[in-house]
Amino acid sequence: MAREKINKGFAEMFKNGVIMDVTTPEQARIAQEAGACAVMALERVPADIRKDGQVARMSDPAMIQAIMDAVSVPVMAKVRIGHFMEARILEAIGVDFVDESEVLTPADESRHVEKHQFKVPFVCGARNLGEALRRINEGAAMIRTKGEAGTGNIVEAVRHMRAINEEIDALKGFDEHQLIQLAGQMRVPVALVKETRDLGRLSVVNFAAGGVATPADAALMMALGSDGVFVGSGVFKSQNPPKMAHAIVQAVIHYQDPARLVEISKNLGTAMIGLEKEALDIKMAERGV
Amino acid sequence: MTVVGLLGLQGAFLDHIPHLKRCAVSYRIVRDSMALNAIDRLIIPGGESTVMAKFLEEFDMLAPLCRRIREGLPVWGVCAGSILLAEQVDGNAGSLSALPISVTRNAYGRQIASSVHFIDIPVMKQERYPAVFIRAPRIDRVGEGVTVHASRGNDPVFIQKEKIMATTFHPELNQDDCFHDYFLKV
Repeated sequence: MAREKINKGFAEMFKNGVIMDVTTPEQARIAQEAGACAVMALERVPADIRKDGQVARMSDPAMIQAIMDAVSVPVMAKVRIGHFMEARILEAIGVDFVDESEVLTPADESRHVEKHQFKVPFVCGARNLGEALRRINEGAAMIRTKGEAGTGNIVEAVRHMRAINEEIDALKGFDEHQLIQLAGQMRVPVALVKETRDLGRLSVVNFAAGGVATPADAALMMALGSDGVFVGSGVFKSQNPPKMAHAIVQAVIHYQDPARLVEISKNLGTAMIGLEKEALDIKMAERGV
Repeated sequence: MTVVGLLGLQGAFLDHIPHLKRCAVSYRIVRDSMALNAIDRLIIPGGESTVMAKFLEEFDMLAPLCRRIREGLPVWGVCAGSILLAEQVDGNAGSLSALPISVTRNAYGRQIASSVHFIDIPVMKQERYPAVFIRAPRIDRVGEGVTVHASRGNDPVFIQKEKIMATTFHPELNQDDCFHDYFLKV
């Protein structure tokens, strides 16, 4: 119980901040210098994982530790969906947060990691309220949209954030019987559905992720109710990573101020090259429901 | 009516709003130096101190905030906020340098070492208050005029000097309002 409070509370500290994917200590320092509130250590950014088309696994612990040594901000790292042993390894390294991520190749097609068994907090992706509540029920201390990682296309993240918001809004009109029925369909306790209805939002921090490539994308997701933003390939696949990183952080702070967003968005060089969703061979968002 | 500013550059500033509402005071999110002029008190929230320090400077808020604190603006720094207020951080000069204390960041370890400790706070008549420490800084030295209100073992965790107070833990994550009540009377 105390652990749950400490871990959900830790996620609160990321709010209104940007968490950036980094693959080297040097990139981690650039991200921290640009104003990232945490970094995600991984060997390849999603755009490259997508291009390679190979099985993607947890990163080398030595590489993760080198990044932990390089920066003072919290460090996250990814495990494959359901791969509780990779999660045990990351916990033993001492990473601050584990991302059970659809960006890596799933290890278990029917189960996620039983996250209550761990001391380290977890963040998980979700496309809709059912996925979000199942992950929270398994012990996730933080949720993010899945979006479609490595595409530089914001459309899926918008869809997922809107879906979660609309489904939570709809709960207001539900009677007791409907709530019980919905909880059954979602395979979660009724109490969790009721808590969500009463709060009018998820009971944990909810970030946007998957497709954020510009300051405007980040500001859009904040305006849609995201508590903060993950940027994967969007920083280090852009023409000028330090500048783009800094601009995205500023856009999250000043998302309600269009005049500032104009200045923030100027002269950033080329953003990452985006992919239309029809052109994708792999839909990462469909992994781990 | 009192307007409490919430430094809104990054971190858990919105978490203070339910407390302030229950205390029946209004609040304002502070993201630029203009907003600094429109507040009577300021809470510097938990979050990443590096991010907040960076943007205080970039958005030209550092000098105006230092001036307002010198002129007597009551300020409460929570966790990262206490780091921003400190004179010395990890052996280097601090950001606002408003409290004569030295702190070490993440001194108790990474997230798996974060913990709840029960502390006594005589000034609030609280016994065994559940203080949530998250990658907390440690106050290694307190200078002249600083009152230590509560400690975790030998480490001061709730301190005050005149109208400036700092907690290295997170009262905003608890349901009660005793710290907000206290701050509004500082």
